[in-house]
Amino acid sequence: MADVIKRATRESYGDALVELGKMYDNVVVLDADLAAATKTGSFKKAFPERFYDCGIAECNMMGIAAGLSTTGIVPFASTFAMFAAGRAYEIVRNAIGYPHMNVKIGATHAGITVGEDGATHQCNEDIALMRTIPGMTIINPCDDVEAKKAVFAAYKHEGPVYMRFGRLAVPVVNDEDYEFEIGKGVTLREGTDVTIIATGLEVSQALEAHEMLKAEGISARVINIHTIKPLDEEIVVKAAKETGAIVTAEEHSIIGGLGEAVATVVCDKCPVPVVKVGVKDCFGYSGPAAKLIPLFGLDAETIANKAKEAIAKK
Amino acid sequence: MQETQKKQLQKTACEIRLGIIEAVHSAKSGHPGGSLSIADLLTYLYFVEMKIDPKNPKDANRDRLVLSKGHCSPGLYSALANRGYFPAEELTSFRHIGSRLQGHPDMKGTPGVDMSSGSLGQGISAACGMALGAKVNGADYRVYTILGDGECEEGQVWEAAMFAASKKLDNLCAIVDYNGLQIDGALSEVCSPEPFDKKFEAFGWNVIVIDAHDFDQYEAAFEAAKKVKNKPSVIIQKSVKGKGVSYMENAVSWHGAAPNDEQYEIAMSELKAALKELEA
Repeated sequence: MADVIKRATRESYGDALVELGKMYDNVVVLDADLAAATKTGSFKKAFPERFYDCGIAECNMMGIAAGLSTTGIVPFASTFAMFAAGRAYEIVRNAIGYPHMNVKIGATHAGITVGEDGATHQCNEDIALMRTIPGMTIINPCDDVEAKKAVFAAYKHEGPVYMRFGRLAVPVVNDEDYEFEIGKGVTLREGTDVTIIATGLEVSQALEAHEMLKAEGISARVINIHTIKPLDEEIVVKAAKETGAIVTAEEHSIIGGLGEAVATVVCDKCPVPVVKVGVKDCFGYSGPAAKLIPLFGLDAETIANKAKEAIAKK
Repeated sequence: MQETQKKQLQKTACEIRLGIIEAVHSAKSGHPGGSLSIADLLTYLYFVEMKIDPKNPKDANRDRLVLSKGHCSPGLYSALANRGYFPAEELTSFRHIGSRLQGHPDMKGTPGVDMSSGSLGQGISAACGMALGAKVNGADYRVYTILGDGECEEGQVWEAAMFAASKKLDNLCAIVDYNGLQIDGALSEVCSPEPFDKKFEAFGWNVIVIDAHDFDQYEAAFEAAKKVKNKPSVIIQKSVKGKGVSYMENAVSWHGAAPNDEQYEIAMSELKAALKELEA
């Protein structure tokens, strides 16, 4: 993948907020003393009167967002995934989820690729936590283009949305004219032997795995699931029927994430082997993000091997 | 305050207390103690202080109330019913299956409820968000939030207290219902968040301390709060838990218990006698 452009989706979040702010007066951005890292700093610079720093108090920030949303404002509450979904979980559930508030949560630094900060900040549980909240929409974009479109789609969607962004620069796999729709999976590569269903930064790894498998004469379909909830069940069931084996890939715990969501649908509607690629039931540790990806079994080679494993189970 | 108005408010407070007992007795569960201690406060807020219209409960320019101590929903529901948001007969559906009067306030289901609440420490944050929303939108409504004294043990209360002072939310008025009792006993025996006045003062708030069962003091306190600019106000109201029902007063056991039929009759006859005396 020579000359591939790479960009961290947190950067895309910051850019999209500025664009959104230019178009809509009712966009307000909240942060919890991490504006430089979540990239909301650019919105703060462009619209200081619509940016509020809540300080290091994420639980309160979620409550502020809930209150703001009752006044016609569309708040984007921004912090690291660990604090947005983890620390503030109960406030997100009770003050945002239960009353179905029109609050958008921008959770950056998700997953193992936080890198050097290590286990305390590597949130591999946020998708699982957010999935348990009725009415919560969860979007995990795979690249810069998709991340920006997701921010706009989240604004237009009525109700709570959890957006998951990363710190690591990841390959841009989508064209600028790519059409994003909440809840609609995207088939990136056709295939007949097995389907790789990936989300977030695992999408580019899945595309690499597709090429590896192709070299071995294996035809692997690749589907990008950017919206984990509501899940595009149709595309999943179709893949199960047509390819007979599925591998899921996510930079998240194998507990409660995309893999379990897909497995539930497949189990109910078209049982075929489902093999999960994700962070095992363990904590992360410090290291350069690019090196952690293979160490935690999230690389293209692992996905390709798991695809063969899934095919063997047919 | 004129005596006629005061007497009318006292009567309304009595009606609200009757509704609380009806609701809790009917549900065979709920929280009468802390509902009774804020009955006078709710009366003043809904019948004097707040700019509201029961016929237009979602009016964008209305004043808002967040019952941060959401377990005192019987108090809120009774006040809303008495103010005309829904029929008072509905109070006996409290906590029943299919009722829009949920155990804790549900803004999606109940007219007049401005925020879903019940998980302690969260309502004040939402109230701050509403007050900030008024600043952003250039609106002049005010936001009120009622906190339990025990609730102030939640760290989020103080996160919100910092925020409100930092953002100069002078359109926000919190009321701490200081009845001194929480589920496990007296505040001092559990994990005391006292002193409230010094703490809020240190957090940058305008602090007013009053007797929770005196309408003259409410009038003075809320008028004073409105005049303070650039900082939020908190009214610390010293109240009697279970106020108005003899056997419930200052008794921690009535925090979250419903009266049986016999106890219900006693409570109702006491409150009706008080009402009759006011009407005499």
